[in-house]
Amino acid sequence: MTSTYAHAPGFVAGDRPKIVTSRFEFADSYTIERYLATNGYAGLRAALSQPAASVHDEVRNATVLGRGGAGFPAGTKWGLTPQEVWPRYLVVNGDESEPGTYKDRLLMERDPHQLIEGCLIACYAAGLSRCFLYIRGEMALAQERMAAALNEAYAAGFVGKNILGTKFSVDIVLHWGAGAYVVGEETALIESLEGNRGMPRLKPPFFPAANGLYGQPTIVNNVETLANLPWLLCNGSEAYTAIGTKTSPGTRMVAVSGHVKRPGVFEIINGVTTFRDLLYGEEFCGGIRNDNKLKAFVPGGGSAPWFTPDQLDLPFEASQVGPAGSMLGSGAIMVMDETTDIPAAALTLTRFYAHESCGKCTPCREGGTWLERILTRVVEGTGTDADLDQLVEVGSSICPGDFPHASNADLGLAAVPFPYKMTTICFVGPSAYAPVHSALTLFRSEFEARVTTRKRIPVTAAASSATGHAS
Amino acid sequence: MSTTESTPDQVETEVVIDPNAVSLTINGKTVAARKGELIIAAADRTSDFIPRFCYHPRMKPVGMCRQCLVEVEGPRGPMMVVSCMTPVADGQVVHTETEQVKKAQEGILELLLANHPLDCPVCDKGGECPLQDQAFSHGPGESRYVEEKRHYEKPIAISDLVFLDRERCILCDRCTRFASEVAGDPLISFTHRGNNTQILTFPDEPFASYFSGNTVQICPVGALTAKPYRFKARPWDLEETQSTCTACSVGCATVIQSSRDQVLRYQGHDNDEVNWGWLCDRGRFNFESVNSEDRFTTPLVRVGESFVPTSWSSALEAAARTIRLAVSSKGANSVAILGGARLANEDARAWAMLASKLGITLHDAQLDDGLSTEVFNLPQATINDATSATTVILLSPDLKEELPVLYLRLRDAATKNRTRIIEFTTKASGLTRYAWKSVNYEPGAQVAAVNAALNDTEIAAQLGKGNVVVVLGRANLAESSDFTAQAYNAIAAAFPAATVLPVLRRGNIRGAATAGLTAGNNARSILTAASDGHVECLILLGADPLSDVPDLDLARRALASAHNIIAVETFPTASTLRADVVLPAAAYAERGGTTTNLEGRVLPLSQKITARGTSRPDWMIATELAEQLGADIDVESIDDLTAIDAPSEILQVLSVVGSSAPERNSYDLRLVVSRKMYDNAVSTVTSPSIAHLSIGAGIYLNSRDIERIGAPVGKDVKVSASSKSVILTLHADDSVLKGTAWVPFNQPGTDIRELLNADDLIVDVRVENLS
Amino acid sequence: MSRLTDANVAIAYEIIGRYPRPKSALIPILHLAQEQDGYVAQDAMKHIADLVGVTSAEVFGTASFYEMFKFEPVGKYLLNICGTMSCALMGSEELMHHAEKRLGIKAGSTTPDGLITLEHAECQAACTEAPCLQVNYRYRFKMTPAELDTLIDDLAAGKLADEIPSHGVLATVRQHIPADRGVGAVAPEKVNESPEWLDGKSAL
Ligand SMILES: Cc1cc2nc3c(=O)[nH]c(=O)nc-3n(C[C@H](O)[C@H](O)[C@H](O)COP(=O)(O)O)c2cc1C
Ligand code: SF4
Ligand code: SF4
Ligand code: SF4
Ligand code: FES
Ligand code: FES
Repeated sequence: MTSTYAHAPGFVAGDRPKIVTSRFEFADSYTIERYLATNGYAGLRAALSQPAASVHDEVRNATVLGRGGAGFPAGTKWGLTPQEVWPRYLVVNGDESEPGTYKDRLLMERDPHQLIEGCLIACYAAGLSRCFLYIRGEMALAQERMAAALNEAYAAGFVGKNILGTKFSVDIVLHWGAGAYVVGEETALIESLEGNRGMPRLKPPFFPAANGLYGQPTIVNNVETLANLPWLLCNGSEAYTAIGTKTSPGTRMVAVSGHVKRPGVFEIINGVTTFRDLLYGEEFCGGIRNDNKLKAFVPGGGSAPWFTPDQLDLPFEASQVGPAGSMLGSGAIMVMDETTDIPAAALTLTRFYAHESCGKCTPCREGGTWLERILTRVVEGTGTDADLDQLVEVGSSICPGDFPHASNADLGLAAVPFPYKMTTICFVGPSAYAPVHSALTLFRSEFEARVTTRKRIPVTAAASSATGHAS
Repeated sequence: MSTTESTPDQVETEVVIDPNAVSLTINGKTVAARKGELIIAAADRTSDFIPRFCYHPRMKPVGMCRQCLVEVEGPRGPMMVVSCMTPVADGQVVHTETEQVKKAQEGILELLLANHPLDCPVCDKGGECPLQDQAFSHGPGESRYVEEKRHYEKPIAISDLVFLDRERCILCDRCTRFASEVAGDPLISFTHRGNNTQILTFPDEPFASYFSGNTVQICPVGALTAKPYRFKARPWDLEETQSTCTACSVGCATVIQSSRDQVLRYQGHDNDEVNWGWLCDRGRFNFESVNSEDRFTTPLVRVGESFVPTSWSSALEAAARTIRLAVSSKGANSVAILGGARLANEDARAWAMLASKLGITLHDAQLDDGLSTEVFNLPQATINDATSATTVILLSPDLKEELPVLYLRLRDAATKNRTRIIEFTTKASGLTRYAWKSVNYEPGAQVAAVNAALNDTEIAAQLGKGNVVVVLGRANLAESSDFTAQAYNAIAAAFPAATVLPVLRRGNIRGAATAGLTAGNNARSILTAASDGHVECLILLGADPLSDVPDLDLARRALASAHNIIAVETFPTASTLRADVVLPAAAYAERGGTTTNLEGRVLPLSQKITARGTSRPDWMIATELAEQLGADIDVESIDDLTAIDAPSEILQVLSVVGSSAPERNSYDLRLVVSRKMYDNAVSTVTSPSIAHLSIGAGIYLNSRDIERIGAPVGKDVKVSASSKSVILTLHADDSVLKGTAWVPFNQPGTDIRELLNADDLIVDVRVENLS
Repeated sequence: MSRLTDANVAIAYEIIGRYPRPKSALIPILHLAQEQDGYVAQDAMKHIADLVGVTSAEVFGTASFYEMFKFEPVGKYLLNICGTMSCALMGSEELMHHAEKRLGIKAGSTTPDGLITLEHAECQAACTEAPCLQVNYRYRFKMTPAELDTLIDDLAAGKLADEIPSHGVLATVRQHIPADRGVGAVAPEKVNESPEWLDGKSAL
């Protein structure tokens, strides 16, 4: 299958520390032979040589931030599980589907053993006796690579009963979904793993750490989060925290897509690398395509409110991005240059979230589709200015109160900090509104140019005047 | 309307120091609550109504509709939470009416209405619809939704009884939660996703649940409608009154709704001790029988081969004459009374007083198809005792078939891990899936099965863990009830502290027994005496021996040989055809009084409509007959019949004769005959909506026995016992124990009772290929 | 065909055995059914309901939630063109128009010869390689209309049969837990002790 890697993302740029992508340069990075030849399973051995509690301490001291979106430190999360309740489970979130996000799939396809080793370390440290590795349904190659790696790892004695001759025993069960974005949300992931419709549960009372899979304490961690652990156990928390900042140590993988010269997935330094570095740095994307002007970018996956060039100098640091009106989310930047049709671009995201609503909450199920319909009308040129107000009204039924957005010097806007209030269970509902709100707030004139005032164009007339393509 | 959304009766609690008590404020008012309680439940005790759609007090909250959003003050200002999933906390400050809350609630309502067809004028729910009501009280007024609404095929039948209109559905998860969580019949499910989410059954598997009507009642919109009620009335035309279902002895609380003197609907009412708001479909839909054209409307007397309508006075006179003649010529023991379990307590008392005044001692409210009424004198348990017991032992018929809502209550207790069920059964029952242990026995072998279980260390340990309730009833009409009595006695001997929930199924059997209409198990001797020509006058009080007595031959001989028969009935039955005088009785909903459920709980019966024709309540018939007979029982009105019956003596064990079952010839199968929910019961057959739901006569065998016999499934086979035989269709059913044969009782088609003989301890049948 | 074959039933049991509760195996077994028939047939759902001990309505309830399960036959190749933001920014709409024209069908339908079903897809986690698409969940990156034509030609000529199995087949390698190595699944209520390696100490 030669074509798979024809366009390998550019993560090799520059001379930066590589915690999770160190093997990506090898064509056979996914085999156990390559893994063992490159310090594979050394982190597991290091872990097994200490008591579980000290492995946990190491992870806690390293402040390994969750890479799935919420950025909650893994060590702290493990510590939230109630004591003396057995069994406890590990569920690995490999459902990667947030628009713009592309990293977990690479980690699974290219270095499956690293993830297996990370899972083992987590299970050992937190007393988790069974691990379910949930891979997104559409990722046939990742499923294949993980299955092959697990088969190898079982045969070699790294997984299963009495691992490496110790008392540590755990099964890693490969599980895969069937196409539903919302299943990436951890409680929905658990529902799905129980064989149900992937509809999120309300937290509280269903905090997975206390009440998760089959009602038992369950740790849900992202693939990348766990992939950090082998390196951490080999090199120690001090080496780990020496990279990045105190609040955001280590590295993280970021995918930059859209209108840049060299889109790619990069392992960047947490808390240090800025958006400008990423978009314009020669070792990263090398600037906007055709040297166009940057219009806007989505800084943290499709759910995140948008930034404009005003925010380029912010580093990858949640404590700065939040007050600036957005979030880092899943490490996904989508770049729009000056040629972008903003309403049409917003529509691609709103349509996504409306389509991916699980249907549980009224505001998301009904509101998301309503937003999509109005926005479609606007993009097709048949909307009215009343439609623009209606977008905001529907949005406020999903997210009452002020919705976060970035500051903008030209428009004289001050930032409204993250997060927002919401009437829904999970973030899918608000995410349908986030692009609409960002686009309307930052580029209102583009919408106004598209709509007629106070009266609706008859549908027949509208068809001929339809315009609008994304880009 | 209050009935669609009844909240559980609140139990008054004394203000003693309670570690679980918390105090919160809702809109500035202090509210006392209990830890773990939800804000919405606490608010329901105040005057501040929080709108809601998905929340239902008897089901797990899902927080789905988002209508019940409120603000709770927190460290970082007010937080918006759903009140149906947020527990109360001490000192919590809740606001349900702030601008933000109102805005949010209006927003949700607008969104719910966005895709709603708004066909209220033609919707059955119109006028009692929470969506309509709340749109009015908490809605934004006008919709700005100008898009095309969702379209689905208008109502589709999801079962024989229920229609679903997906355009009206607001996806609250109530029906589906009920189906899976309460009924254990997850035959309807959400399907598809997001804006396309809908409720559906699997293509060719209907929502065939015995409890489907409840989903119609709890649906907060008109998406689910019940066939028997569709387009029958507008809610504002309905009058209602609270009553109790007497279709079995569970005693579910109901609301009878009528319009223009016709009963149109029964709704469940929430009684914390009994039914939690639920009804079974038979109880819910057999209201149609009250309105049936087949009812007796006027007294009849026999003239030769036919009945002639007559006046009450001449009919009563004829009846009195017959009784008087019998007593004077052959003594009071030549008059016998069968039946009474259909009656209200007051009716039963009136008849019992008349019987005692006349010295009649031959009377029984059962028809040789239950257990001795001694079961009511054993140490008693309530339904709530059973559902909170550590262990429940089932020595009973299939509760799902015979006492359906009791099944729901026990299922709930078992699935929530409160109670462990140990079941003794000849055939997998509705509760088998939820039982901790299910012990199979062949008919007649229950004593051995119980003894073996009591000697099992694990079972003994479980029984020793806490209180034990024995659910005791007649599981098999083709075996002597002595076996069950013996099995019970064995349990009582081992666990003297065990209490009993007696499950004799007839509506008011316990009331009739308490009133003194039945004592012990007399029906068989009465029928025997009649067949021997010793009964001059047989009075049938809502009893149909020809349909219900297991030994059909005995019943036939008895009715043929009884010299005179007086039937006090609502409907023509096989037995009333033999009557000499028919006195038409008022039916359910046509008379008031009380009824006593299987626990001994006295529950109200209400009159909602005028009695059909000239039919009268039974107590009045008894009183007037007494007058005619000059045996004044001193009753002027029903109020004179509300006496508290004297407490009866307490027994520790049941009387037994100690029968033991003979060996089974290995070619034969031991017969089990038991009831299904839908059968030829008069109230079922005269209710068109449920009449056709009976499974029909047939014989069900384990597939290994079928293989051995080599008979064709789906074809007729010859089933014989002793010298008699019947033809039945053969079915495979692996819930039937190998070595036994199961035949449902009282079904349309061949009558298995041809093979039953009251004197047989057990019945072994031979099944043979017809060809 | 539609009930699972004996061989697939054996695989289904192996899968069920990995979970503390059988229903957890539902989605993997639905995939197995789709692998067998190319779609999830009604009888297959009934069969699966029996295998995992739930009702058919529950199986359909779960299955219909997920995009990948098809309840009617689809083409041998499912062509999913991503239309979410990054791909849209890079011209996926044009690609889709081209595909519709070339195949002579609208998105959401199948070519008359049953070869290709064309679908709009959402973000495929390959955003840096936009615009991208999947054929039976095998990727094609940075697609141009000309490359799409070649792909369709190759599919029609059977040139990609080795690389791209027919619709329903996901991974071609299955996980197999050797009996002597597996720990085994236990219902949660049967476990009430801490795992052995914690030596009785609490976990954290
Ligand atoms: C709508 C939604 C989708 C999500 N999708 C993913 C996902 O695809 N992958 C992921 O790892 N986390 C996803 N998350 C975050 C998870 O809920 C969860 O926080 C995460 O898996 C925890 O792992 P971590 O602590 O290692 O980040 C999603 C969250 C939401 C609300
Ligand atoms: S916000 Fe949307 S996706 Fe999330 S639980 Fe509610 S309906 Fe489902
Ligand atoms: S049919 Fe009625 S009860 Fe069922 S989900 Fe829809 S609205 Fe709720
Ligand atoms: S369980 Fe019995 S009392 Fe309750 S509704 Fe059904 S028939 Fe009536
Ligand atoms: S009633 Fe609380 S969310 Fe529906
Ligand atoms: S947007 Fe197309 S792969 Fe992510």
